[in-house]
Amino acid sequence: MVPGFICGLLAYQLRVFKWFYPSLVKNLHDFIAVAAEFRDRRICSRLLPGLLLMFCILFSGYAANEKHVSIYSNVANYSLPVVDREGHEYVGLLEVLDPLGGVSVQTQNSRWTIRYNGANSEFFDGKTQVRIKNTKIEMPAPFILENGRGIVPVSALSILLPRILGGPVTLHDSSRRLFVGGVAVHFTAQMGKTDPPSLIINFSNPVNPMISTEPGKLVMIFTRDPLVAPGTQSLSFDSKEIPSATYEENNGSALVTVNGTNSLFASFSNGGRTITITTPKQAVAASPQVTTSTPNPSALPAAAAPASSTPAPLPLPPVRYFAVIDASHGGDERGAALSDRLAEKDVTLAVARRLRFDLQAQGMPALLLRDGDNSLTLDQRAQLTNRAHPAIYISIHVSSQGTGVRLYTSLVPAAENNLGIFLDWNSAQTAYLPISRALATNLGGELDKKRITARILLAPIRPLNNITRPAIAIELAPPSTGLANLNSPAYHELVSSSVATALLSMRSQLEAGR
Amino acid sequence: MIPRQTLLWLIFLALVAAAMGIYAWQLSESNTPGGAFVADNRPVAPPVAGPRELVNLYVAYDDPGVLRSQPTTVPLPTERQQRAQELLRALMSVYLAKSSPHPLAPEADIRSVYLIDPGIAVIDVNSAFADAHRSGILVEELTIASLVQTVAENIPGVTRIKILVEGKERETLAGHADLTTFYDVSVVSQLAGQLAEKQ
Repeated sequence: MVPGFICGLLAYQLRVFKWFYPSLVKNLHDFIAVAAEFRDRRICSRLLPGLLLMFCILFSGYAANEKHVSIYSNVANYSLPVVDREGHEYVGLLEVLDPLGGVSVQTQNSRWTIRYNGANSEFFDGKTQVRIKNTKIEMPAPFILENGRGIVPVSALSILLPRILGGPVTLHDSSRRLFVGGVAVHFTAQMGKTDPPSLIINFSNPVNPMISTEPGKLVMIFTRDPLVAPGTQSLSFDSKEIPSATYEENNGSALVTVNGTNSLFASFSNGGRTITITTPKQAVAASPQVTTSTPNPSALPAAAAPASSTPAPLPLPPVRYFAVIDASHGGDERGAALSDRLAEKDVTLAVARRLRFDLQAQGMPALLLRDGDNSLTLDQRAQLTNRAHPAIYISIHVSSQGTGVRLYTSLVPAAENNLGIFLDWNSAQTAYLPISRALATNLGGELDKKRITARILLAPIRPLNNITRPAIAIELAPPSTGLANLNSPAYHELVSSSVATALLSMRSQLEAGR
Repeated sequence: MIPRQTLLWLIFLALVAAAMGIYAWQLSESNTPGGAFVADNRPVAPPVAGPRELVNLYVAYDDPGVLRSQPTTVPLPTERQQRAQELLRALMSVYLAKSSPHPLAPEADIRSVYLIDPGIAVIDVNSAFADAHRSGILVEELTIASLVQTVAENIPGVTRIKILVEGKERETLAGHADLTTFYDVSVVSQLAGQLAEKQ
């Protein structure tokens, strides 16, 4: 039993690990297959724990030292391992192109042909010259064919990819960061006039960096975000508490380091587009404590508490949200005009805030995708939700037509483009439809108990179909007492408490499979 | 001295003239643009050559929020693409009528319908159709279901339908209903079933 458990654990970890180390995974799967065979023969019950320990040590060292190239595109952002060959850095070309579109490979002796979106590119083992769509191109170092896997110099990607993909590609050579098309995220930083002083960093798109803090320094590491440098790599501010910040790129990541005189902590807002860095009012003298956390797109607990004198690191667990609540519309997008003065975007926010309050009162942490009058695209709403990995996604809408509450689950188009673990964006909700519909039915029953007319329907509305968790949309229409009460707190509370009760009753089902 | 009889006639004629003046003024008031009359700027459709056929239009009713099948007789050409276009024109005439159950903008129109093998139909609506459409999940999905279901029911072989606005893809119809994807006829028929009667 114990060896079986260890094999299972190792196999599970590899599922996660293979995202970062695809080249290793095949061999490791072979190892697991052999180990499983040993288990059957009851030989390895004493051998496997030792092997597991050895691999853990091996992986930790391997992970720390491995070089990466990060690739950013409209389709996917991903990192790939880089290997050194003959004094140059190399990366597998198939791994680079695979997430970007339909690709296939054919090997014939020393000739390696890769077909991407119907166009062939030919590479020859040991040769620097390649032929892409009948055009000859010279690479700075030769192409290498290793066990059927074609690897190319990282520095050649800026020459090869524009021709293969047919669009602009920018390579930051020294940091190995590759931008396909105009995907770059820009940022500005300025001091806010607050007490205590705060540095407000605004990003052109939502970001999700790793953040680590130590007294006098806060480092944000952007590995999956295509962040690019501001005008200058060194920023200085007119503040004693936060005098400067620097930007640098290294090993497939961008790093923003904010320097302060005391402890610093960060909080997210504006749907992940703004990070505010502040100093606590009563900062404790510097200590060697270091905290690291993976942020959620809301308030970060990282270093929020003053540093203690305990020297051991205290990793803080990230907040795990039970529900993501999406107040629809916002900013310039007003939604439906409910009356001459009342816009849908304002009422959805009021209902969403009320729902967050009710859920949190019942012990279900909830994240608002927008907690102000800002706009988010439908794709951003889906991306933020899928990253937060909640038990339930709830989209709030309001209408002046009809009466009661309408509950919608996704009208999902047929899934056509699922590629293994990569789900078709437009039908990503498919697997979760049964539980989403069960929740809608349950919620309909709760509303009925409170004498609110509820209607359950399918709806072709985004981002419901892009969510990879149970998802419903709630459209509040005026109560039976009339349109004037559509924005009444009492009505919102009645609906919100029904939603909270329904979610509580299905909590274990919703949390299954997270 | 005017005779008494002539004076009475003159007074009578003056009253008649005044009454006619008031009537003429009322007629002119009722025909001003600010009144109930609104100019229909849609291009005049050419007369349809073809026998009158019994078809099922799927008509949205806002009041109970339902979609109902409505048998109607309309002249239809033999060519499939033109048939689809005429069907939607017939549907639009229901929505643009004075007592419309699901009002659309007065200038809303179907620009074209394209049938592309295998089984794809593209409905191209004009900008007035989308720009002035009322915003809301239910009201928008009633429109979508009505268009898709009417084409799917009456034009055999259509399996997927795409809706464009002025020939271009738009993210939503009026802030809610998705226009970026193709609508599967089989999936929309499930929705039409739900919308058929108020629960």
